[in-house]
Formats: sequence, C-alpha cells, structure tokens
Amino acid sequence: MLALLKREIRIAWRAGGGALTGVLFFLAVVTVFPFAVGPDTKLLSHLAPAILWIGALLASLLGLDRMFAQEREDGSLDMLVMQGHPLMLVFFMKAFAHWLMSGLPLVLATPLFGIMLNLSPLGIGATMITLLAGTPAISFIGAAGASVAVKLPRGGMLISVLVLPLVIPVLVFGIAAITGALTDPAPFTTPFLFLCAITLFTSVLGPLAASVMLRHSAD
Amino acid sequence: MKLCVENMALMRAGEEVVRDISFELNAGEALVVTGENGSGKSTTLRGVAGLLPLASGEISLVDDTGKVFENPVREYCHYLGHKNGMKPSLSVRENLDFWQKFMGENLLSVEEALEEVDLSHTIDLPYYYLSAGQKRRVAIARLLVSDRPIWILDEPTSGLDAQSVTLFTSLAKAFVEDDGILIAATHLPLGLDKTKTLEIGS
Repeated sequence: MLALLKREIRIAWRAGGGALTGVLFFLAVVTVFPFAVGPDTKLLSHLAPAILWIGALLASLLGLDRMFAQEREDGSLDMLVMQGHPLMLVFFMKAFAHWLMSGLPLVLATPLFGIMLNLSPLGIGATMITLLAGTPAISFIGAAGASVAVKLPRGGMLISVLVLPLVIPVLVFGIAAITGALTDPAPFTTPFLFLCAITLFTSVLGPLAASVMLRHSAD
Repeated sequence: MKLCVENMALMRAGEEVVRDISFELNAGEALVVTGENGSGKSTTLRGVAGLLPLASGEISLVDDTGKVFENPVREYCHYLGHKNGMKPSLSVRENLDFWQKFMGENLLSVEEALEEVDLSHTIDLPYYYLSAGQKRRVAIARLLVSDRPIWILDEPTSGLDAQSVTLFTSLAKAFVEDDGILIAATHLPLGLDKTKTLEIGS
C-alpha cells in the first residue's frame, strides 16, 4: 500500500502532475482579492481567513478529476480493483496522496499569503491549523465525487459542482474556529473539534463511497 | 487446479452481450477465445477477470482435492487488456516495481522480467519514450513480476512485430507448461499442445 503512496507522489512531482499548480493557483486567487477589495487594509485583514479558505478549497479541487479518470484511461484501474487489497484502503491512500500533494502545500504556503493579506500572526496560526485539519476532508469527499464522474471525458466541472456543496460544513466550522481564535467570546475548541470530526468521518465515508461506485460501475 | 465457468452471462448498458458461456480449464491448459469484432470477446475476458458483474452464472477456482478457493477468482488472475496500465511519466523500472509491490507474490525481479521481453536497455527510460510495441512488451513483463496461476490476455500481441510475437508465444508456452491457465483472445496460433477454443457469437 505504501508503494501506491510512493507512486502517487512521484507522479504528482513529475511534469504534468500538478503538485505545484495548486499552490500557484492559490497564490493567484489570493493575489487577485486585494485588487477587488480595494486599498483598505483593515477590511482585507478581516476578510483574510475567508479568502485563504476559499482559495484552498478551489485549489484542492484542481487535481480531483484526474484521481480516477486517468487510472481508467491508461488501464491501471482494472489492476487496482482486481487485487486482494481492500478497495476502500486503496482509495483512501489515493485520496491521502492527493491531500499530501495539493492540501499540505497550501497549508505550508499560508503564512506567506497571510502576510500578503495583512493577517495577524495569531490569525495566520489559526488559519494554518484549521486548514491542516480541514483540507483532508476536501480530498476524501473529492474521492467520492471523482468516482462518480470517472467515465466523463470532461468531468472536472461536474466534480466541482458535486463536491462544493458537500464541503460547506468544513468551511463553516473552519471559519468558525478562526473567528473563535481571533475574537473573545466565541470558542475555538468546539468548532475545531467538529472540523476534526468531519475529517475523520469523511476519511471513512469518502473512500467507501468511491470503492462501492468503482466496483459496480465497471465496463 | 481447475477454473470452472458455468453459464456466464454478462450485461453491458442493460443489454445482454454474451450468454451461456461455459468452460473448464485444468492447470496446463489454454483457451483461445475467437469471434468477430464486437462479438463480445473482450467482454467475456473482463467477466472472467471479475471486472464486470455477472448477470448470471458462476466462476470458481477449484484445487486438486476439489476444494473451492474462497477468495474471488480475480485475485488469482493477471489481466492484460487493450490498455497497458502503465504511467507515462514514470520510468519502466518504477512502473514494474510498483505493480510488483502492489500485486505481491513476487516471481521474477524487474530486471529479469525485462530481460525476458528483451527490453533491459529501457529500464530507466520514462515509459512514454517507448514505441507502441515496446510499451506492450513492458506490459507483458508485468505478467512475469508477480505469480498468478491464471493469465487473461486480450489481444496480447497487438502492436508487436514478428520477432516479439515469437518472444511472447514462447513466454506463454512456458507459462502453460508450468501448470498455468491461459485464456487469450487472439488470432494467432499460440503453438500450445492442449488448447481449447471458444467461439463467441456463433
């Protein structure tokens, strides 16, 4: 199973894999926002957590359409499905690899982009930790979405439409936790724990849904 | 070891493509599946490989004492379809190494398997560098890195030149003579002693 993780990471690093594309896309979204908002640093720092979260959300969606469609195109999916490994575990690994190469770089890039958006050090810390806890859920839900659209030649758009509504709870609790960290009466721990719970829950449900979908949609 | 397929029927897009497929293959026997284009050869092979849900019928693998293997038959199969199942951006070694680790039951090392298909010199090249025939041979090398008692091959020699076809038939022959079970959709004579034929769509 570790061989699968290693292979996924290798593919993502090589040309066309798109590990860096996500970070660049994130950078592009974050850079465009100050132009839209105008030269109001106070408003910008107020909006910064939301901008970072939405940027991370959109960047995480980028590679999803390739997660299973490419495996199917080159014939690897048949062999992945045929072996004795629990299929759910195979797809958990694929989703986890997707997070490692798309979500984790965004978390690491957050301090830099936080400074660009005039976010306080505490705000940067809170955004980083909520992104770290929340972005895996996007990859796991995305795995389920990607399995539905595996046969479509241009499935990317459909996957985004399927996945975005499902990640709204992640966004809600992520932002609530950051607000809790930055303003006094609101709690940080409660929404943060909810966020962690969502990630753990989807880490089981997402790969499970994908395995059921791909086992029975064979052609 | 014996592979039994009884009254297999397969549906695709709500329509029955093949029906009443029955055959038995003992260890050391080969089955050549023939039929016109579109008659359902590939569908049949995918059905045996467990890649299509069966509409009816049963596939089972029985050992010499008559005991049925509990795991699904697909776990004992190598499947080589029209597509090679290799990642273009990885090198030949990385591709085969991954499949060996993922499939388990190591047989030949990656180097030895590539030597068998006469491609030792390409081991560190990215897979997309290779010609179509060489790509097919790498896919054939995949059959050699993990031990599976059943090979299911769909047009295994497509894209191969005459020399590579000879190479492939000798590999297939060695596999069958070593008590393997081979099912292939092919127009070429495999040169095997015990070959059964299954005509589809007649």
